Parts: sequence; structure tokens; C-alpha cells
Amino acid sequence: MGSQLRVYKRRIKTVSATKKITRAMEMIAASRIVKAQRKVAASKPYADELTAAVTAVANSSNVKHPLTTEAERPRRAAVLLVTSDRGLAGGYSSNALKAGEQLTGELVARGLEVDTYIVGRKGVAYYAFRERPTTKSWTGFTDSPTYADAKEVAAPLIEAMERDTDEGGVDELHIVYTEFVSMMTQTPVGRRLLPLSLAEVAEASEQSPAKSTDPKALYEFEPSAEEVLDALMPRYVESRIYNALLQAAASKHAATRRAMKSATDNAEDLIRSFTRLANAARQAEITQEITEIVGGASALADATAGSER
Amino acid sequence: MAELHVELVAADRQVWSGKASLVVARITSGDIGIMPGHQPLLGVLQEGPVTIRTTGETGEGTVVAAVHGGFISYTDGKLSLLAEIAELSEEIDVERAERALEQARSEADAAAERRADVRLRAAAAAAGR
Repeated sequence: MGSQLRVYKRRIKTVSATKKITRAMEMIAASRIVKAQRKVAASKPYADELTAAVTAVANSSNVKHPLTTEAERPRRAAVLLVTSDRGLAGGYSSNALKAGEQLTGELVARGLEVDTYIVGRKGVAYYAFRERPTTKSWTGFTDSPTYADAKEVAAPLIEAMERDTDEGGVDELHIVYTEFVSMMTQTPVGRRLLPLSLAEVAEASEQSPAKSTDPKALYEFEPSAEEVLDALMPRYVESRIYNALLQAAASKHAATRRAMKSATDNAEDLIRSFTRLANAARQAEITQEITEIVGGASALADATAGSER
Repeated sequence: MAELHVELVAADRQVWSGKASLVVARITSGDIGIMPGHQPLLGVLQEGPVTIRTTGETGEGTVVAAVHGGFISYTDGKLSLLAEIAELSEEIDVERAERALEQARSEADAAAERRADVRLRAAAAAAGR
């Protein structure tokens, strides 16, 4: 076999092995998206009921709470950045990081000090490489976050919100995560989570058609409106963070699936062009062989014809 | 007879939903029983068993669930029980809860002890009916 042909054959084999891996990863990611989406859907009733409860408090009383009161002159803000633990997801993590950078820039332009909290190894690595300080980071659960994980993330954030700004607390809490729009579209978004304006919540829930109960109902609070709100707000923040983590996980799997699909397609293209080249090399080899045989035969024939004459 | 539409939801799933005639839950000021036509209420749940007396399609019966913190809210015939963690009594593994209780006692982990205790009480309430 010609050396050229052998080289092509070997490369085709390598690329097909890679293709098998990327195809497998694509399938795994596809099945995980479904699972992650199911989790998002499963967390919805709880989030809806919580929103309804917060709305009820907002409508029935005007209680003040540190998590709902706008600071007169905000000085410090916390940004929670949700990235992934693993790569191989195309631009997923870098897009989220870019959105985080943009939001941080806007906050700094408003004259705020920014505390960064990070979820996911990719984000941690990004900040560590640039030697930028992070307040706290979590890794190890981005692929399938549980409610306990969300609680763990929420705890120091809520604590920082409730603390006085002079003692290292923050006035605002922003969250950057990748919203799962559809299988094909995931958009990184930066949202302000706290302070929560109760009027906004009330408005949002009035617009949703699922809300059928009268939001103006006069509630009896047990033990009191303040205490209910006290217990309600942290749960609300946790459930929002849980939702963000779940959406980010679904988006990450979707991004992985897309990246692996294009890797598989590229491998197919490569195999096709290498097969063409290998075929051409084989043809060239055969042609050369024929030419050599024909040339040899005619040389022989010429020699015998010459001696007979 | 009027009915309550009950939704028992945990943070990551819907645990139970259906019609009921009476729901007894423990809130900060003590046990509270809610029947159809109650005044709109929003309360903070304590860890404890919740008893739901069912009616309607599910038939007459009692559903007991262990809830670990959360809220109870009632408006207009619709009662929602929100809990971070909630389990129906038949989902509770009694042996496991007993083991967890022992362990929590030996480690003096008050929160874990309470959790295991609530599970056992809910399971016992369901078994004793």
C-alpha cells in the first residue's frame, strides 16, 4: 500500500473514533436537557405559590423588610454569577461571564462596589486567572442542582443583604445566569433580585392568567404580617436562585448538545474529505501501477521485436 | 358540602393535590384546623405532621404528610401548603427515620432529631387511624 494512502486511512480512523465520542456526548446531553427541563417544571408549583403568598402580603399590608426596602444611597452590590463546572459547551460559560462583566461594569459606573459570588468551576477559574477577588464560590453541583444547593448559595447572600452596608453588607443583589429559552436559544441574563419591590411582584402576578384568586383578599396573618414576611422573603430568594440554577443547568446541557452536534458534523465532513483524498491516492497508485506494467510490457515487446528482425 | 382544594407542594415537586374537607396543620401559635369558608389566612408552618381529610374523587380518607417548615395559605376554597421538604406518610421509611433519630440523638444534632421525629410522628399518625 502506498504511504500516502496509509496516512489517510489512519486519519480517517482517528476522526471516526472522535466522532463516536462526540456523538455519545451529544446523546447524553440531549437526555439531560429533558431531565433538567422536567426539574424546572417540577419546581414551578412551589415558585408560583410562593409568589402568590408574597403578593398576598404585599397587597394586604405595608410592612417593611430589609430585603424589600430600597437603600437611599446604595453603595455596595452583590453579583451572583452562575457558570458551569465543565467545558465542552461552546460559548456557554464565556457568554455568562461576559454578561457578568457587563453588569459589573454598569454597577461600577453607578458608583457601586461589587462583591462577586460565583457558582461553577469555569467562573472560578476565570476570576482566579485574572487574580480578581471573589467573595464566595461554590462548585460541584451545576449539572443537577438540588434545592439544598440553592439554599446553601442563598444563605450568605441573604445574610449580606440583611447586614449593614458599613459592616460589609450589600444594598442590592443581582444574579447573572443563562435563561433557557428553547432547545436552540439560551440567553445569558442579568437581573436584579433584591431589593424586591413588592409592587412589582403584585403587578407581575396580576398579569399572569394562572392567578385566579382575588389578590385583594383580606388575609389573616399567623403570627403577624411582619413575621410571615420575615419567613417568606428568604424562601422566595431561595426559590428564585433555585430556578436560576435549574435554568442554567438546562442551558448548559443544551449548549453541550449543540457543541457536540457541530463537532460530530465536523468529524463527518473531515471523514468525507479524507475518504475522497484516500480514493484519489488509491486511484493514482493503480494508474501508476498500470502505467508501469504497460510500459514494462511494451519495452519487453519492443526488445523481442527488435531481436527477431 | 363545600370542599377545600388542597395543594401540598415541596420545593422540587408537587407532593399531593386534591379535595379535602378538613386540613389540620401546625403553625407557630399551635395546631390550626381549616375547613371550607375559612377567612383568608397566611401562616408560618412549624415542623410537624399535616393531616388532610380527603373527600371527592379520592374518596373519604386521611392523608398524613410530614412537613419541615413552610407556609400555609388559604383563600377562596384554595388551600396551599408550601414546604421546603414534604413527604407523604407512605413515603416515609420508618426504619430509616428511627435510625436517623438514634444517630441524631447520639450526635446531639437538634435539627436532624426534629426532622426524624416529625417523620416518625407522621408515620405513626397514619398507621394509627
